[in-house]
Amino acid sequence: MANGPLQIKAISGHPGTVPGKNTSRDYDVCKLIDVTTCIGCKACEVACLEWNGYPFRETVFDNTYQTMPDTAWNYYNLIRFNEFTDENGNFSWLMRKDQCMHCADPGCLRACPADGAIVQYANGIVDFQQDNCIGCQYCVTGCPFNIPKFNPTTKKVYKCTLCSDRVGAGLEPACIKACPTGCLHFGTKDDMKDLAETRAAQLREHTSHKDAGVYDPAGVSGTHVIYVLHDINHPERYGGLPKDPRVPWMVRLWKGPLKWIGDFAMAAGIIGVAAHYIRFGPKEVEPEGLKPPEGSKPPETSRPESPKAGVQK
Amino acid sequence: MSAAAALPSTPHAGVLERYTFKERIVHWITGLTYLYCLSTGLAFYSPHLYWLAYMLGGAPTSRFWHPIVGLGFLMGTLWMHSLWRRDMEITEVDKRWLNQTEAYVTNNEARTPLSERFNGGQKLYYWLMLYGALLLLLSGIFLWFPEYIPRPSAWVRGVMILLHEVAALATIGGFIIHVYMSVFMVPGSMTAITTGHVSRAWAWTHHRLWYLRVTGQRGVTGQGNDI
Repeated sequence: MANGPLQIKAISGHPGTVPGKNTSRDYDVCKLIDVTTCIGCKACEVACLEWNGYPFRETVFDNTYQTMPDTAWNYYNLIRFNEFTDENGNFSWLMRKDQCMHCADPGCLRACPADGAIVQYANGIVDFQQDNCIGCQYCVTGCPFNIPKFNPTTKKVYKCTLCSDRVGAGLEPACIKACPTGCLHFGTKDDMKDLAETRAAQLREHTSHKDAGVYDPAGVSGTHVIYVLHDINHPERYGGLPKDPRVPWMVRLWKGPLKWIGDFAMAAGIIGVAAHYIRFGPKEVEPEGLKPPEGSKPPETSRPESPKAGVQK
Repeated sequence: MSAAAALPSTPHAGVLERYTFKERIVHWITGLTYLYCLSTGLAFYSPHLYWLAYMLGGAPTSRFWHPIVGLGFLMGTLWMHSLWRRDMEITEVDKRWLNQTEAYVTNNEARTPLSERFNGGQKLYYWLMLYGALLLLLSGIFLWFPEYIPRPSAWVRGVMILLHEVAALATIGGFIIHVYMSVFMVPGSMTAITTGHVSRAWAWTHHRLWYLRVTGQRGVTGQGNDI
């Protein structure tokens, strides 16, 4: 965890060894969402609003248990609700807490042209710095999860911070603290992966969810928010979680090879015209009526004779 | 309306009117709006050029004005089109010139075919900027208001950013040559586009067929070799 320097080294009057002494821990943080134990209570939604200081928005009832159709610039966290009937006619409610996934290879950060508008911390949190945001919304284009949301009033983009302010102070994110069922966990990436795999194995062995697995997509080099799903083969059933999210190749093209080609072409153009000036120089103005030099090949357009003197005053 | 037709039939001694007041104004509207969009656009294009945005009032400010000034550039370009549409038509004279571009570029005047009011290269640049401006606007609208593109069509945004960058790079290529030629390669051009006047020798050297026409030594159709 981030409070490494405050790890206990010695304890007064304590029998036996010091717990945790000389262990080194992974600094990468991770949120684990076990969707199999989510009851859709939305305590995390409320905790998120409270911690971030946003007023509760109007809800949109669309005949489901979902608060509104999509996350918003001031509503980072949304329980997505889907009804699903499998091939045997078994009916289930699928609830998924949707928020920023904090990708290890963040498409938003790749696409962003503004210096310092998006930072990725060593612990894996991807955070937007609205002071530096220019409102171009390239991050929206770069994100495979449709997370960044634009505020048309301030012309800035917002998203889940993974409570970087709380985590920086050694606390867990607000949503974790509010969860009543223990479906949300927070810790190091290694620990959360281990816990998630244990839970998935338990589901496979002791329940009918034989395809249970952990969602930590490799296409974005893994995420710092991971899910345990009943059926890892069909993440799209959980409110459109992409099966194989990647930074769009178009973004990689215009942030990669196109930049190199364009920079090279512009530099070559400037060097080229400078070289032309040195080699050939400016075009000299000939006196009116000068004939082409003797012996030169006549141009394809016949050159006219000199204008007669005195035509113009 | 061909602007050349509005030129005085008897220019005062020594100089010819190359560009009317209206033409000079429209040139500098497009020129300055293009320069602003170029500077702010390059700031968003490359992190190494982001300082350009700071110099122009800050990056969010640049993001706000870039599309609006860009619209000004397009409107200037369309106004210019209304003035120069006829002058910029590519004719047989230009095709001959374009076939001998190498002679022009290497300052081999004897082998360079004569040209009208604008030579083949100027006309190519004109059409590059006109179609470039239209393409930049078309793609730019999507970049201006991306929040109105529904998520299932999100890929459109990526395509439009690519298109915007490619179109911008094409116009930058033309722009580098345009500025180099007018400032360094063809002395007298800057005077022409600021004061409107060129010397008779300048006109004779660079735009012989136009010179002959406006000095009354050649038919005024301007098409072909009716010298």
